[in-house]
Amino acid sequence: MASKNLKVFSDPLITDNPITKQVLGICSALAVTVKVDTALVMTAALTFVLVFSNIIISLLRNLIPTKVRIIVFLTVIASLVILADQILKAYLFDISKQLSVFVGLIITNCIVMGRAEAFATQNGVKDSALDGLGNSFGYGVILILVAMFREILGSGTFLGFNVIPQAAYNAGYENMGLMLLAPGAFIVLGLIIWVQRTITGYTEE
Amino acid sequence: MEFLSHYLSIATESIFIQNILLSSFLGMCSFLAISKKVETSFGLGLAVIFVNGITVPANWMIRKYLLEPGALSWSNIESLQNIDLSFLTFITFIATIAAMVQLVEMVLDKFSPTLYQALGIFLPLIAVNCAILGSSLFMVERDYNLGESVVFGVSAGFGFFLAIITMAAIRYKLKYSNVPNGLKGLGIAMILTGLISMAYMSFSGINL
Repeated sequence: MASKNLKVFSDPLITDNPITKQVLGICSALAVTVKVDTALVMTAALTFVLVFSNIIISLLRNLIPTKVRIIVFLTVIASLVILADQILKAYLFDISKQLSVFVGLIITNCIVMGRAEAFATQNGVKDSALDGLGNSFGYGVILILVAMFREILGSGTFLGFNVIPQAAYNAGYENMGLMLLAPGAFIVLGLIIWVQRTITGYTEE
Repeated sequence: MEFLSHYLSIATESIFIQNILLSSFLGMCSFLAISKKVETSFGLGLAVIFVNGITVPANWMIRKYLLEPGALSWSNIESLQNIDLSFLTFITFIATIAAMVQLVEMVLDKFSPTLYQALGIFLPLIAVNCAILGSSLFMVERDYNLGESVVFGVSAGFGFFLAIITMAAIRYKLKYSNVPNGLKGLGIAMILTGLISMAYMSFSGINL
């Protein structure tokens, strides 16, 4: 039992990662990864929404009629997102400005919808909560990796601190402006997917 | 002519410069899932233009007359004059989008069966496409008026259409190339999108 619980939690971290394997939630993974701190806040917001939506939907799973389930899911998710957004606005106003529309877009983030549909409707509350936690951590790992590469290569900082020594700049090193722009995000994520899939040995047809 | 060029500049900006998919990353999920075939991408692209052109102005009106601080002042009821419902933005927007998609589906089914067949299976998918909700939220953030939001809705959809068609055409050719195992599928698609997005960046700085 315990090992099964562990598996529910640990699978999405590496082997069944929501971004690289299940192809869910790519939009926000790219948009909020210019800096590591926005990526961290986004992960926290998604963890909150995903864990609670999984719990609520798993509690309601026998009451929701299959025909209208999508709209019920959307309502549950949207209410949780409003909560998360209001909390961010109240306590982390600057970062919530930087995240702009992307907190709101957790509503249509396929991870939340996908896990609700694929897992929470068929499993108990405890497993669903673990699944939510595992998936949001798996999402967070990729998000923070992408953000780390982009922030270090693009602006030479990590969490706002300079990590590239001044001597390197004096010797002619320059920050890669491309990393801060959209193409940098796509390419970094593409390479991370390549590495992850080479390690797990998964190949798409 | 003044406002015409203003609309034109919003249109070029949202189609090329700030492309909803390539620079704001919205709608990636359906973009990656659907872009394997040119015909299906064409259908999805059209459906996005159509639905986006309807939902952005619809959400604009809802925001203006129901949700904004003081938006209910048209009702002439004393207690509603200063009420601020803007925290309900997300839930009303997504409800409007879902309802609009349903409505569009029914209207099309009744009046234009050919169009319905072309767009049919994509319409339900669109309700959870982040490009649609994202355009509505951008419309709020950028403070567009009604005319601007119509232009923005349609041209953001058109930007998505262009990007997905380009991608589908490239992926079609990709079938014949020898891609390393781990990079097959999603990995190479991401890198390709990066290259397309780099190409679109050459439009930046254009001002009409």
